[in-house]
Amino acid sequence: MSTASVPLPNWITYGLMPFLNLLVAFLISGAVVWFIGESPLDAVTLLLQGALGNGEGIGFTLYYATNFIFTGLSVAVAYHAGLFNIGSEGQAYVGGLGAALASLALDHYVPWYVTMPFAVVGAAIFGAAWALIPAWLQAKRGSHIVITTIMFNFIGAALMVYLLVHVLIVPGKMAPETRVFLEGGQLPKLDWLIALFGGKIGAAPFNVSFLIALVMCVAVWALIWRTKFGYEIRTLGASPTAAVYAGIPYVKTVVITMLISGGLAGMMALNPVLGASARLQVEFVGGAGFVGIAVSLMGRSHPVGIVLAAILFGVLYQGGDALSFDMPKITRDMIVVIQGLVILFAGALEYLFRPAIVRVWQRFGKA
Amino acid sequence: MSPSPTAVPAIELIGIDKKFGAVHANKTINLTVAKGSIHGIVGENGAGKSTLMSILYGFYHADAGSIRINGRDTVIHDSQAAISAGIGMVHQHFMLVENFSVLENVILGVEGGALLGRGVAEARSALKRLEADYGLDVDPDAIIEELPVGLQQRVEILKALYRGAEILILDEPTGVLTPAEADHLFKILGVLRDQGKTIVLITHKLREIMAITDSVSVMRRGEMVATRHTTETTVEELAELMVGRRVLLRVDKGPAAPSEVVLSVRNLTVKDGRGVTMVDNVSFDVRAGEVVGIAGVAGNGQSELLEAITGIRKPASGEILIHGQPVTGFDAAHLRSLGLGHIPEDRHHMGLVLNFEESENSVLGYHRDDRYGKGPMLDLDACRDDAKAKIEKYDIRPPNCRLKTANFSGGNQQKIVVAREIERDPALLVVGQPTRGVDIGAIEFIHRRLIAMRDAGKAVLLVSVELDEIRSLSDRILVMFAGHVVGEKTPDTGEQTLGLMMAGIAA
Amino acid sequence: MESLDLISILGSTIRLSIPLIFTALAGLFTERAGVFDIGLEGKMLFSAFAAAVAAFMTGSPWLGLLSGITVSVLISLIHGFASITNRGNQIVSGVAINFLASGLTAVLGQAWFSQGGRTPPLAATARFTEIVFPYAAELRDTGLIGRFYANVISGHNILTYLAFIAVPASWWVLYRTRFGLRLRAVGENPGAVDTAGISVTWLRYRATICAGILCGCSGTYLAIGQSAGFVKDMSAGKGYIALAALIFAKWRPVPVMLACLLFGFLDAFANFMQGKSVPGIGEVPVQIFQALPYVLTCVLLAGFIGVARPPKAGGVPYVKER
Repeated sequence: MSTASVPLPNWITYGLMPFLNLLVAFLISGAVVWFIGESPLDAVTLLLQGALGNGEGIGFTLYYATNFIFTGLSVAVAYHAGLFNIGSEGQAYVGGLGAALASLALDHYVPWYVTMPFAVVGAAIFGAAWALIPAWLQAKRGSHIVITTIMFNFIGAALMVYLLVHVLIVPGKMAPETRVFLEGGQLPKLDWLIALFGGKIGAAPFNVSFLIALVMCVAVWALIWRTKFGYEIRTLGASPTAAVYAGIPYVKTVVITMLISGGLAGMMALNPVLGASARLQVEFVGGAGFVGIAVSLMGRSHPVGIVLAAILFGVLYQGGDALSFDMPKITRDMIVVIQGLVILFAGALEYLFRPAIVRVWQRFGKA
Repeated sequence: MSPSPTAVPAIELIGIDKKFGAVHANKTINLTVAKGSIHGIVGENGAGKSTLMSILYGFYHADAGSIRINGRDTVIHDSQAAISAGIGMVHQHFMLVENFSVLENVILGVEGGALLGRGVAEARSALKRLEADYGLDVDPDAIIEELPVGLQQRVEILKALYRGAEILILDEPTGVLTPAEADHLFKILGVLRDQGKTIVLITHKLREIMAITDSVSVMRRGEMVATRHTTETTVEELAELMVGRRVLLRVDKGPAAPSEVVLSVRNLTVKDGRGVTMVDNVSFDVRAGEVVGIAGVAGNGQSELLEAITGIRKPASGEILIHGQPVTGFDAAHLRSLGLGHIPEDRHHMGLVLNFEESENSVLGYHRDDRYGKGPMLDLDACRDDAKAKIEKYDIRPPNCRLKTANFSGGNQQKIVVAREIERDPALLVVGQPTRGVDIGAIEFIHRRLIAMRDAGKAVLLVSVELDEIRSLSDRILVMFAGHVVGEKTPDTGEQTLGLMMAGIAA
Repeated sequence: MESLDLISILGSTIRLSIPLIFTALAGLFTERAGVFDIGLEGKMLFSAFAAAVAAFMTGSPWLGLLSGITVSVLISLIHGFASITNRGNQIVSGVAINFLASGLTAVLGQAWFSQGGRTPPLAATARFTEIVFPYAAELRDTGLIGRFYANVISGHNILTYLAFIAVPASWWVLYRTRFGLRLRAVGENPGAVDTAGISVTWLRYRATICAGILCGCSGTYLAIGQSAGFVKDMSAGKGYIALAALIFAKWRPVPVMLACLLFGFLDAFANFMQGKSVPGIGEVPVQIFQALPYVLTCVLLAGFIGVARPPKAGGVPYVKER
């Protein structure tokens, strides 16, 4: 008999197995470091020091984590409905347009806290809009949402480059980006939060978006587990036939879920665009949408798990930066390698150790 | 008791045993099939027929037991081994590649070389021969998905014969066929037998068994309970063997007091996913204060009828009315708001989300109701309080509304569904197979609840393949056969009469 | 506006289409066998790197090709192990491979050569260079047909011609061999293959190996055919365009080639149009051409141009035991 149907206790399924998977991913990452002639232990030390060793490092770590919380939530919401949204990347990119337009329109006239709600809504609406067509194609035409969201990532990229190069660019400048927002169009740094723990934020662009991300975590948690619509999302994801039985409308649920997912992805743009660079730039998303897949997977689609996984990836990003500074042989791309390995082992190979664990459990655990 | 003990039998299964997790699908089965005969295996859904044949075909591995083909011990570890042993199988769900031609399907796995050219040419002429020998004519270049179901099945038979099958297993072959197609199939099977092939026919349709088999074995709940020469048995005996003499669960109930019509079904026609007409022009009423039972062998359109009435499947034509109001094509949520309760046939796929907590399932379908939270919010405490009350009232065990639903036993899972649907006090309760896979205690409990609904003046429509259940609960019995309602009887009608009607023999 | 230099656009169409053709054919093999493959991009990148490194170390383009193919096949086997043996999520596995490729090639490139993730420039002898057909130079200035011969037919490297051979070859394998018949069957109904006594697992592994070989060719073309070395992230989304072409061609070999040529043409045309202005319209933004392959594919998926029916069993791991 196959081992797939043997039930295991939660601490193994949600604790031990992800831990083993992560461990293997990190061991292989260490092997890569060793292979290129550096000491894995030194690398880990440098990485952790860089990411968590001082206020600035923590600021950067949380800045990156903010991006991943948004995209992780985006992937998770869709995943609860059984939809695989790998278009968070493009939705975030287009969401940046909505956020930037709000800042460009308002920064001359009002303080940041007036601009912020408009930017949040703008980012969410533009991100949602970018998820609408794939959602509709899935709901009405049965086109695989994985494929259509990939396509829309690229269409979105082309659209944004066009707008930045031809429309939003500052006349006379070469760089394809908008003008720099005034203070009324920026999100302030959370230097006080770091200071509260006795650190100095330094150059880290850790900003109010982080708080918005935490609010969204609560909102997503409430949506999924405390609203009727969230109940319908989970029903559809867990059993499409039971959803029909319960009279849950498929098209409407798929479309709205994807709009929410796209909106969350869009909000990710607040962090780099309004919080860090104070302008809309080409390729500002930089793969955060795809990292969101890993974050959501590792976080088991739960906001608490997502925050933890996002911080882990934030540590990798910031620590990787520091590492590449101190160990020139290891470039920032090492982070991408670790990400790939984490996604491979924690995601695609998540059952790798299950048969072995089941055998051990059957022999020793049950007694 | 082998039908022809003198010759070496084509198939001998000795002590075959198979478990799927907790389900004991085959319990030490012995079976002997004579060469050149048509041997039927009958039994209800889930009796273990398909599993047994899948083991013979090498698709599953038996946990214990051995197989002898033509008197020789044969180890069948995969389908390839079965094919080499001369066994061919026509699966219930055809194992055809739908966008392939007939020819491509026939040669798949026996291509006759790394390149297709020669094999295809050979197969083409071989098909011509088979066509001539057995009257199995199909255009070899037709694409499968463009062929009617009957012809697709013929391709499956051709596949087996092309592989040199001497033993042919057919799993519920007529389930998807029209009566004319089924008759044609039987003619073909007769020809095959006369040419010396051995045929095993799995079915739950007794009429077919009587029509074409030479001998028949009956399975019940994973056990082989009897084997008979077809000429020496009757439909009645087989039906009894299939169902088994059970403790007759008499339900104390007074006479019904039917009043106004709650559900009206008018000229309803329903097609399944493949476009096959499963319910054909059916009309009936259900009144307040009565239980109307629909009897029939599984697969005669009852499931589709239920799905149409409860808003899961859109009917092809006809009308459904609740309290005189047309509701045809309404979705399930809308129908619930009009007072329809639905205990579905398949609690695992429809009635419950097995990954959910018990309390979450206790509101499924009613989750939009204000009592479970104001506006868009879901009030978990309200859901859990509600679930706890139902757990108490319906004695659901273990009494833990936070437990994952998959961890409840079948009977308790069914009670979760029953409690949810009955406690909403619907004017019309539609019930499908309420006690399938449910232990005796729970059966009794569920039956009493259904009668209580009737006595409270509700209209109850009950579909069950358990004749006992239909007879003990219903006030009127409608018998369905091949998509039609073939008659209406009172519950005191004899089991034999009903059985014959269910087999489509008498009206 | 300068005259529309169709011949030179066609010449660069061919050059730009080759990696798409190899990659889309790779996807054709895996997806027709029922394994989703969005890791095409990553396989391409891995093999580009492996080919460039091997060609640099050995000075032989053929060893570069061999190395590119070997690495790509290994990556395919990882994808196979995750999605066939482990029954993991095929999309996630593909995403992971793309990340790994992007990261690992850059890390190793930097560690070995310290040139910002690049490999050192290759000598001409370590590359697949253009093959000039007889009389191409003489015919270059003799009218349209001569120029077509010199610029479109002649003057490409050996992998280009190999790509155009790979198209009918793939067709032949898929439609005229036992392996192809079984491969197409397993992507539609693995149950039919299993009951015919054929191993679903081994068949799907072989399909992913075929994809590995073809992706190996496309990566090699990028690094040591079209360019003179590996550049970080040089696949630049071509794996996804190839995926779009595969869908656009409804998973059939000859249409795959045509779709790749179309998408290659759009790319070449965009390059040509850059900085030029069309009378009455002005400058046409190059991004329109970049987005067009994806837009066309979505329009197709929406069912407005025929129906794109993906292999039925695509993306679903095969589970026999119930």
